[in-house]
Amino acid sequence: MSSLKLPRRKFLILGAASLGGMLSGCDRLSEAPSFEEFLSSAEWLTYRAQRLIGGRISLAREFAPSDVSPVFKVNGTTMPGSEDYAALRENNFADWRLKVEGLVAKPLELSLADLRNLPQRTQITRHDCVEGWSAIGKWQGVPLSAVLQRAELLPAARFIMFHCADALEQSLDGTGQYYESIDLIDAFHPQTILAHSLNGAPLSVGHGAPLRLRVERQLGYKQAKYIMRIEAVATFSAIGRGKGGYWEDRGYEWYAGI
Amino acid sequence: MSELREAKPKQTVAARRALLVYRHALATRVTHWINVLCVAVLLLSGLQIFNAHPALYWGQAGADPEKAVLEMGADASASEAPTGFVRLGAHRFNTTGFLGISRAADGEMIERGFPAWATLPSWRDLALGRRWHFFFAWIFVANLLAYFAAGLANGHLWRDLLPSFKELRPKALLRDAVDHLKLRFASGERPRRYNPLQKLAYLAVVLVLLPAMVLTGLAMSPGIDAAFPWLPGAFGGRQSARTIHFISASLILFFIAVHLAMVLLAGPWNELRAMITGRFAISKEAVDEQP
Repeated sequence: MSSLKLPRRKFLILGAASLGGMLSGCDRLSEAPSFEEFLSSAEWLTYRAQRLIGGRISLAREFAPSDVSPVFKVNGTTMPGSEDYAALRENNFADWRLKVEGLVAKPLELSLADLRNLPQRTQITRHDCVEGWSAIGKWQGVPLSAVLQRAELLPAARFIMFHCADALEQSLDGTGQYYESIDLIDAFHPQTILAHSLNGAPLSVGHGAPLRLRVERQLGYKQAKYIMRIEAVATFSAIGRGKGGYWEDRGYEWYAGI
Repeated sequence: MSELREAKPKQTVAARRALLVYRHALATRVTHWINVLCVAVLLLSGLQIFNAHPALYWGQAGADPEKAVLEMGADASASEAPTGFVRLGAHRFNTTGFLGISRAADGEMIERGFPAWATLPSWRDLALGRRWHFFFAWIFVANLLAYFAAGLANGHLWRDLLPSFKELRPKALLRDAVDHLKLRFASGERPRRYNPLQKLAYLAVVLVLLPAMVLTGLAMSPGIDAAFPWLPGAFGGRQSARTIHFISASLILFFIAVHLAMVLLAGPWNELRAMITGRFAISKEAVDEQP
């Protein structure tokens, strides 16, 4: 084999230079907010496509008890830092009340006992974290639809917000507080439940005691833990930084179906 | 070899330097370059996403890196500098500086699966990596479908890529493999057509690896899994699909390396022109220079 000839060397140098240029160019593009917005347009397409394919009816796969993960990984907040939460935890959430308000005809305040007296659903599902790992667990709770039907949504309601007790970031304006939101299709999906139990035991603090959301067709960060208040809204643009959730405010997709 | 020599070129008659032949259809060229862009972005942003949990599992679930099939990480010790490692099954490899722990843009050693130069963006940002990945995934899928549609319509898939039975005979494949290993490039009329190994490599990429990337990618989506519950199961579970996604991407990277090496050795400017203008120069002299 002959040694690399000049045209080849030139080709290699040009190739390497353009590759390097491309990489730093991509970094510069990544830093531009307008370009991030441009890339984010794909989320709308994904949302539309998945709603078209899955619609209201598709159910997340439910597994057998033997499939349950021996250890269900705890992620995100492991212990909310607020004094209010500490006080609630102190007496086993006996004083905790779930507020249901916003665009509803009948605002509600529900205790854990109230929630346990509503219709129950148990499901063994796979939890998929945005980081890439998965764990299978048995969740028990109240279908969100049962709660919303009792609160009677007003026609203007478009999204259901979940306000949580944990703050992942300390901030003066409250934007470090965890919150989430889902559309009404997911809110009334039969597998969307307000879970109070995991694998037959009340939720541990790490898993979101006393109540967390299970919205099985989306990723882990949508499964809000430590729910204190549910709010029906027409738009979430005035809440937090306006993107519909703690992680959404930090660049993650609002529709986390992928 | 005899067969090769017998096939006397018919059109090199007066063309001393080169004879330009039309080698790649417009659809092939356009989809090739869109694919180059998409695959580059998808590989780099894919490694960014992988870095969020640099471990691979088999089955539906998996969250504990110590129980993973493949794991990347860093061992910290008080006395010595931390070392990066990759564990594959029971085998551990020291990969300090490349995998597990590597230098960031500011020169500091930081713990991360793949290094800054291999991820998009170069800094750690899962959210932005996902934005890049899914935007270009849509273009990638549309482009792949366009390629198949054009390839079926103009015959590219079965005329140019499908090997004949004759080409698939072990003897023919062996001879082609030897030709490749000795870097003996096709001469005369023969570069008009792809050689058998080339056909098989391209077919494996467009019919197996690229579709596998799409399907294993979709199998990781909880929304898609609800609509098609059999999809992750077809790959052995969601975590298996993630592992196959990684393996398939690695094979694509391997293909790109060989593909670029072949382009470089066969005459990069000619190959590049062919993929841009469609015209490929067949040169008798260049052929004779080869050992």
